Formats: sequence, structure tokens, C-alpha cells
Amino acid sequence: MSDDTALSPLDASGIDSAVEAALKALDAASDLDALKTARLEHVGERSPIALANRAIGGLEPADKATAGKLLGQAKARLGRALADRQAELEAERDARVLVEETVDVTLPSDRRSRGARHPLEALSERIADIFVAMGWEIAEGPEVESEWFNFDALNFGVDHPARQMQDTFFVDTPGLVLRTHTSPVQARTLLERDLPVYIACPGKVFRTDELDATHTPVFHQVEGLAVDKGLTMANLKGTLDHFAQAIFGPEARTRLRPSFFPFTEPSAEMDLWFPQKKGGAGWIEWGGCGMVNPNVLRACGIDPDVYSGFAFGMGIERTLMLRHGIADMHDMVEGDIRFSAQFGTEI
Amino acid sequence: MPRIPLTWLAEHVETPADLTAERLAADLVRVGLEEEAILPAAVSGPLVVGLVVERTPEEQKNGKTINWCRVEVGPEHNEPGGAPRGIVCGAHNFDVGDSVVVALPGAVLPGPFPIASRKTYGHVSDGMICSQRELGLGEDHAGIIVLSRLGIEAAPGADARELLGLGEEVLEINVTPDRGYCFSMRGVAREYSLSTGARFTDHGLPTSPLPTAGGGFAVEIDDSAPINGVPGADRFVAQVVRGVRANDASPRWMQQRLQQAGMRPISLAVDVTNYVMLDLGQPLHAYDLAKVAAPIVVRRAVAGEKIRTLDDVVRVLDPEDLLITDSPAGERASRLLGLAGVMGGGDSEVGPDTTDLLIEAAHFDPITVARTARRHKLPSEAAKRFERGADPQLPRVAVARVVALLAEYGGGVADAEVTDVDDVAPAPSFVLPLDLPARLVGVEYTADQVRAVLTSIGCLVEPESDGAVRVTPPSWRPDLLVPVDLVEEVARLHGYEQIPSILPAAPGGRGLTEKQRSRRSVARALAESGLVEVLTYPFIGTDQLDALGLPADDARRRAVRLVNPLSDEQPFMRTNLLVTLLDAARRNVGRGATDVAIFEIGLVTRPVVGAPAAPRLPGGVRPSDAELAAIDAAVPPQPRRVAGVLAGAREPSGWWGAGRRVDHLDAIASARLVAEVLGVELTVTADTDHMPWHPGRCARLTVDGVLVGHAGELHPNVVAAHGLPARAVAFEVDLDALLAAAPAEPYQARAVSTFPVAKEDIALVVSAQVPAAEVLDAVRVGAAASPAGDVVEEIRLFDVYEGEQVGTGNTSLAFALRLRADDRTLTAEETAGVREAVVAEANRRFGATLRA
Repeated sequence: MSDDTALSPLDASGIDSAVEAALKALDAASDLDALKTARLEHVGERSPIALANRAIGGLEPADKATAGKLLGQAKARLGRALADRQAELEAERDARVLVEETVDVTLPSDRRSRGARHPLEALSERIADIFVAMGWEIAEGPEVESEWFNFDALNFGVDHPARQMQDTFFVDTPGLVLRTHTSPVQARTLLERDLPVYIACPGKVFRTDELDATHTPVFHQVEGLAVDKGLTMANLKGTLDHFAQAIFGPEARTRLRPSFFPFTEPSAEMDLWFPQKKGGAGWIEWGGCGMVNPNVLRACGIDPDVYSGFAFGMGIERTLMLRHGIADMHDMVEGDIRFSAQFGTEI
Repeated sequence: MPRIPLTWLAEHVETPADLTAERLAADLVRVGLEEEAILPAAVSGPLVVGLVVERTPEEQKNGKTINWCRVEVGPEHNEPGGAPRGIVCGAHNFDVGDSVVVALPGAVLPGPFPIASRKTYGHVSDGMICSQRELGLGEDHAGIIVLSRLGIEAAPGADARELLGLGEEVLEINVTPDRGYCFSMRGVAREYSLSTGARFTDHGLPTSPLPTAGGGFAVEIDDSAPINGVPGADRFVAQVVRGVRANDASPRWMQQRLQQAGMRPISLAVDVTNYVMLDLGQPLHAYDLAKVAAPIVVRRAVAGEKIRTLDDVVRVLDPEDLLITDSPAGERASRLLGLAGVMGGGDSEVGPDTTDLLIEAAHFDPITVARTARRHKLPSEAAKRFERGADPQLPRVAVARVVALLAEYGGGVADAEVTDVDDVAPAPSFVLPLDLPARLVGVEYTADQVRAVLTSIGCLVEPESDGAVRVTPPSWRPDLLVPVDLVEEVARLHGYEQIPSILPAAPGGRGLTEKQRSRRSVARALAESGLVEVLTYPFIGTDQLDALGLPADDARRRAVRLVNPLSDEQPFMRTNLLVTLLDAARRNVGRGATDVAIFEIGLVTRPVVGAPAAPRLPGGVRPSDAELAAIDAAVPPQPRRVAGVLAGAREPSGWWGAGRRVDHLDAIASARLVAEVLGVELTVTADTDHMPWHPGRCARLTVDGVLVGHAGELHPNVVAAHGLPARAVAFEVDLDALLAAAPAEPYQARAVSTFPVAKEDIALVVSAQVPAAEVLDAVRVGAAASPAGDVVEEIRLFDVYEGEQVGTGNTSLAFALRLRADDRTLTAEETAGVREAVVAEANRRFGATLRA
């Protein structure tokens, strides 16, 4: 580059033209690489403006200020333009990269195998929660149980036909059975705890029934027991209605029918109004209940003239079948993972 | 359970003419008699009386002769134009002019056997002429029914269903054990009356004053060993009837009713006693008078005595069995006639030559009868009634009924004398506070309402002081013993639907216990980690224990045995969870699952050697603390366990690439997860000898030195025995033991340090024999002992290397340490000090060196 082609730092119109040319070039740069080239040519060290700036040093002191102002303004304009264009092109690039990174979000995402709770267990817990919410507590007891707790404490005399009603598994140790109901937990609780007592006892029970669509030798019950001063059958009915609604929804209601159980007097069968019943809405048997027999209270050292109580029990399998439309017992007891898996972890 | 033919019931209580079994069931269920089944009419559709007007025998090619008949079946059923119907009949015991029973097309006979017009033997047979068996009336198939021979006169076209009682529905009800009196038409009718208000006539009460007893066949009650102080028999009524055609068929209507009630007609003598039993509820027995020698003695059996009962079984008797005996050749009580209240013996049975009968109606102790029936597995109709409590005032009336029926239908003449041994105790009475029903039921029954209900069920109600009454229950209600029994009567007869619904307010509860909460957390954590919860039956057999490869003396072979298992192959209760869970895994694989990850939480039973039997204690009395302790000592320990089986892929393969197959660490990780949820740290050591695990890949899990479980890869033999994918793994942990080790107090938090972290990687070369867990422990202990104090935030084993670089037989274990102090930034010197301390400790323990 020769001196005669060089831009004079005092050449206002020349500087203006150079700036215009530079702005045009920056504007014309279509990507960051092109911008870099344009920057080197028009704003870089060898650019006309830079050279002119460098030439200020050789001017008369009187001209320096004029030239400095001219070139300062020119450089500022170019600097702003460059930064703007740089930002613009970077934003364009960033947007393009995001587009290029597009993936198929509909690909299967289940890269972990999923587990599940058994619905009977999940339902037992839900039932427990309903009672806990009412201020009741949850009690438990052994599955291999003494005959005294399973029968005698509950007013099943040795020769009472009711003792034969429940098809009992007997253990080869005399005096032991597989509990035929969760009711022995009632007696255990009454012996252990101070009154009043409000407990629910979910658990496994055993009867010598062969497995078929509606029977299983091993099944689950939940038993409720309340012993307090002044409890009545109306309180029993109120508890059952509340429980039914909590499990089956606000439309649920219960009906009591006279029946017989050794450990309650009066006793009742409890029916549930079931809109989804096969062949049309109707009552279906859900469980048994009644006022705790004074003999049971006495066996637990409680004065039946001071305290009264009510008790009820129902099958959890049956409840699950009704609530979830399960037709056959087999699925619940065979341990097939496909059955549990469909329910997930909460029901 | 009792079957109630509607027309029979109507003899005791007024019923509407259009009563259906369904309506009756609804009326009875309100007072506590539940429907068991509605047995449909035996025959439906047109079954009519037909007059045979033509009978043409036609010989067939097969040698058989059939009759081509024309049968007049009335204007409504005859052929269009009025001609009699053409019907083919194979029987020959009838002729022109006989009235027969014709099933017309559209009728359905028992079977079910629908009748239609059909072409046969060259004719169109337009119906069927019926035999007894075809109508379900009896076994006689030899010939068709000729109505005149049954004493039935009816016009052609008349409804034969009604005539023969074949069109009636029967209701079968379920009677609870406290309502023995409902094993009779009398009892059910009473309940129907109480439910509907219909007028009831008690046929169990004498219609006219009974003659004074005395002078009859000699009977003695001689009970030397009453059970619970209650004599085995307290009433024995007997009467002789002579000249009875005992083996004649009973009248048609009686046979019909017996059949409807589910009993088979046999002969007049037997049918009459059965009929009166079903009608009134009093079991009866008819002896051949010629085979009974006075006196009859009711006594207990002598040990080893034997009797052949009516079902032709010889039974060895127990001293508790109550017997009816007689006294041949002057030897008192030497011959056994029957098991009292349960079943008669074969020797005194009514035989083909019997003409004179001794009719017995007694009242036996329910417990004596129940025990004998159970002991000899004889749940007879009589036992069913006696063990639920029969009416001790009924025997006289019942015998009178039997005698009258035998006279009417069998030509018998009764002796004037009647034996009546009557030791019946006066009916017990007790006091009922009149407000008790309201207090227990929550309905404000008035005193008048309470009295009215008690009177309606037959109680004698007498005034007592202060708002109470003295109540004497009727003889047919032995179940009414204490005041609450009457509360139920008041509640049920006023209607349970009157009871309001009032939710009681329980005092504030404590929520779930720690154990209950922890168990839920464990189950949820395992489910969230990809395991599916299943439930298995706890019944096991020796084969299953063998499949686990358990040695002969393994404690897990000591199991509680059931006396009456469902399957003789599985008489034991499980002693561990894996034994049944592995079967569930097998079932899933058998059903096509390739990957299985299942768990179960449940009880196992671990009997204690030499545990005592549970004491027999009475109900109704609180046992002493010592007695309760004795019960607890007999109940075997039943720890709650959690177990899991994993096989196949732990992480599935898919579009993202290959999955990962399970290995022993997955089982150990699950066990650790369980412990972590409970706030317990497991110590893992190798266990080289614990089936069903692989001896080289089994972890023994302990907490503070206490064994809590095992985890690892299953033994290849066990995997093969259960048909599982190779290298299946499993864990089983005692939840109760873990819970016992869990911290009882709430966890106390540690403040989070905001000083910078220092990272230090340390690779140690040790002998490959040294377990990684021990090296890790050395790293932890060494680091904590450094001059900087315990500044270890995390130690992670990030690389395991075996190869020439570290020398044969050695392993390099590389640990990444994150160090951070609570109160300062660690200096380079301090972190170097940690490194040195770690190496020193590892070197001291295992001769470890820092990897070059």
C-alpha cells in the first residue's frame, strides 16, 4: 500500500466513504466466518481506518484534534455495527443448532423396568388409612394362632356348631390352628390395651376351601373393633357407611340383616348397595358385624355393664373384586406379575 | 339346609295365594333367615292328564313292540279340530280307558329334558306319556303312571303339575346355628308370621289335652357320666302302635313333600317319622316292637363297645357316646339299639315283616349329640336338630302325630299307654332391663314395644322391679339365655333398617406404628426399584425344601405341620419365603415371562423345639397372666420376612441398546435398600455354605453381628430345579430383626458445610483374596484417623483392575474420596495427610501399596 492511496486522517469525506464501505461489508457478511473476514478487511489493523488512525501521529498538532475526532467517531460507529452484527449472527447460529439437535421425543422412554405393589396389599393400606384418619389404630397378630384366641375367647364353645362352621386348618401341636378370621386380634388387643379401643386389623386368614373362582384357602380380612362407653349399633352402622363410602364412593350405602356370630349379639350380615352388580344394581353381601358379645368382653377382663362395643369384618379379596371388577380369585393368588403390574403402586 | 315347599308352609301360617319363593325369601331374610337357593319347579310347561282312547301295538324290525296311541288331552290341547293327539309309547302297563300323564311339546321334565314333537317309528309323536322316573317322582321306570292306580281321578286336559305337585318352587334357606327351631316348617312359619304379621297356628302345641302318660313300654334314663353336668337325655316319650302296614308306600302327598324337602320316600313307617320331623322339628325313631326287649335303657357307652349303625358301618364307641339300649333275655341294657339322637342301629330296624312299632321321641343334650355326630362323622338329620337345640316339650305332640298318621294310612292301632320319662328342668328365666335394647341398639324402643316383641316370640314376660322384666323364653328357643339375646330379638323384629347411622368419634389416635410405616416404606421402595410384589400360599412340602437343596439337618426343615392340609404333598407351613416365592418365579417363567423381579413380604413360621401345647382354657373368663403366657409360649415365632427373586434382565434392552442381566449385586442391593429404608446399615460378608445360594456368590447380611439374611446368586441346581433363567439371584431378609436394630430415636441432622470440597483419588494394590468391603473399611478408618480429623464426605470405589501391571494374584482398587471440613478450607497438606493415612491403614491391614 503506497502513501498516495492512503486515506488522510483529515479527509472527512474519505473517512466517511471508508466507514460506509465497512458497514456495507459487515452487513453483507452472512455468517460468523464471513463476518470475521469483513472485520479483518475493514476494521482490522491493516484497514484504511486503522491506517489513517495510525497516521494521526504525523500530523501538525493543530490537526490532531480534528483528525482524532473524525476517526474516533468512525471507529465507534464501526465497533457498534460489528458488535450488533456479531450478536445477530450468533443468535442465528444458536437457533440453527437447536433446530439441528431435534430428536424424536416419541421414542419409548421406559428404559427402567417398573415394579408394582400387590393390589391386595395396596388396598389393605388404603383401608388402614381410612381408619387411621378416623383416629383408629391398626393392630396385628399371629397367623398360627391358639384355639383360645381364635375360638374360646370369641365365645365359640368347644361344642358349638359354629366352631365347625369355619373350616379350620388344625396344627399338629394341640391347641393351635391357622386363624380362621382376624378376630383373635380383637381379643389380643383388648387384653393388651387400655380402653377405649378403636382398632382395625387387616390380615391373612385361612380356611380349608379349595381354590376356585370365588374361594381361596388363604385370604385377607379386615376386622374393626370399637369398645367404649355408650357405643350402639347405630355407631356400628355409621362406621360401616363411612367406610363403604370411603372405599366405594359417596353413593355407597350398607344394609344390615339379622344373623348369627358367636362373638357378637346382636349380630348382622352387612350388605353393600352395588350399582355395578351383574344383572342390575342390588345388594351384595360384604361382611358380618354386630355388638361385641358380653362373653368376649369378660374373656378380656372388661365389664360389659360399663362398656359396650361393636365389631365387623369383611374380606379384602371380595372388596378388591367388587371395586376393581375382578371376576376370578385365581389371578389374586397365583403370583403372576402381570396381575400386580397393572395396578402400579397405588390403588 | 332346610327346604321349604310353599304349600306345606301354608299349613302352619296364612300365606297369600300368590306367594312366590322369591317373595318368601325376601320376607324371611328380614328376620334373619337367608336364602340359600330357590329350587325351580320340577316340571315346567304343559303337563296334562290324558285319556287313552286308542292303543295299537306295532312290532318293529328290532323286535321291540311299541304302542301307537291316541290320547284325549282336552279341548285346549287336542289337535286342531279336536282330534286326540298321536303319541308313541314304549310301555305296556296301560290300556284304552286309562288316565295317564302327558308331557306336551314345550314341557321341560327334570334333567332338564325338553319335550318336542318328533318323528319316531314311522309316526309323529306329539308328546310323551310319562313314567314316575321321568317326572322325578321315583325310581319306577318300568311302566307309565296310571292315575287311577294312584287314586287320582281327573278329567283329560287337567293340569297334572298341580295334581302331582310338580309345579311348585321350593325355597332353601340357610339357618344359623342359634336357630335350630327353623329346621322345621313350624319354626319357619313362626318366623314368617313374625316378619309379615300373618296368622300362625302352632302345631307343636297339643290340639286337645294329651292323655296322662304311664304304663307304656319300660324306658329308663341311666346316665352315669353327664357332660358338663347336663344329663344326656331329659325326655323320652314312647308309644306302641300295632298292626301297621309299615312297609306300604306312604300317601302320594307325603312322598311329594318329602321329595320337595330333599328326602327319599322309603316306606310308611319311615316316611311318617321323617315327615313329622320335617314338619315339627322333632327327630323320631320307629323300632320293630318284636325286636326290642324291655326295658329300653339310655346310657353312656363302655369304651370299646361296638355298634353297627343303619348305614351298615361298625363303629367303635367312646365312653362319651350316649346309647339307646334294650334288655334281651333279662340282661339290662345289654343290646345296642342306636346312637342317641344321631343314628339307629341295624338290628331293631323296621323289616319286611314288621307290623308292630315302638315310636320314640326324645330330647337329648346338644353337646352329647354334637360330639358323637362329629366323632363318628355322622351329620344326620336328627343330629343336626338335636345339636342346635330341640324343643323338650315337643316329644308328646310329635308321637301323637306319628301315631295318628300310622293309624290313618297304615291301619295301626295305638296302645293306650304312653311312656313319658320327663326330667326336663323348669325353663330358666332371667331379668331384662327394659332400656337395654335401646342402650345397645341406639333406637328408642318403648317398654311396651320391648314387651310386645318378647311376647310375640313366645316368651313369658313378668314384671320385675324398676323398669325391668323377668323373661322365661319358650321351650323352642334354647338359644335365648342372657339379656343381649333378647336385645337381638327386639332389634331384628323391629327391623334392622330402623337403626340410624351415627359415626362415633374415636379419641385421637397415634397413626401407624413405626413398624407399620417402615413396612410400607420397604414395600414401596422395592416396588419403585422395579420389583413386583406377589403373594404366595404358605403351604409347602418336603419336595419344595429339597428343591432348595437344604441339608437334612437344616433348621428350615423344622416346620409346623397341619393335621388337615388341603394337599398331602404340602402339609407344612413355610419356614422361609423363598421356598414359595421361587415357585411363583417358576410359574411366571412358565407363563412366558423372560425377566422376573418379584418380592413378597410375609410371615414365616419357625417352631421352637420342645414348645408346649397350648393350654385349653374356657371362654367367657379372662385367663390369668400365667395362662396367657402359656398360650404365647405355645404359639410358634412367626417373624416377618421380605424376599425377592430376580432373573433375566435387570435393565431391559431396547432401541437405546443392550440391557443388563441381573447379577448377585442386584440381590444384595435390594437387601441393602430394605435396610436403608429402615435406617440400618448392613454388613456384608461372604457365606460359602448357605443353600439355596451359590457358594461363591452368597452374601451373609448382618447388623451388629446379628444375622438378618442372605442375598446373592442362586445355586445353579436351584436355578435348574425351578426352571429359571441362568444366574437368577435372590435375597431374603428378616424384617423384624432389621426393625429391632433400627434407631428408636429420630435421626439427628448434621449441618451442611459450605467450605470447598477437596478430591483425592487413591488406588490400592492388595491381594485379590481381600474382600473389597474390608479394603473400603480400611480406607474409611484410615481417612478418619488422618491429622485433619474425620473430613470424609464420600468414598466411592470407581475402578477394579486385575492384570500384570499390579502383579499376579493382586487387585487394584481405586477409590475416589471427597473431603470437606465443617469449619475450614482443607489445605493441600491436610488432603495429602488423608492419602497417607489411608495407605498406611491399608498397608497395616493387608500389606497394600499405593498403585504406581
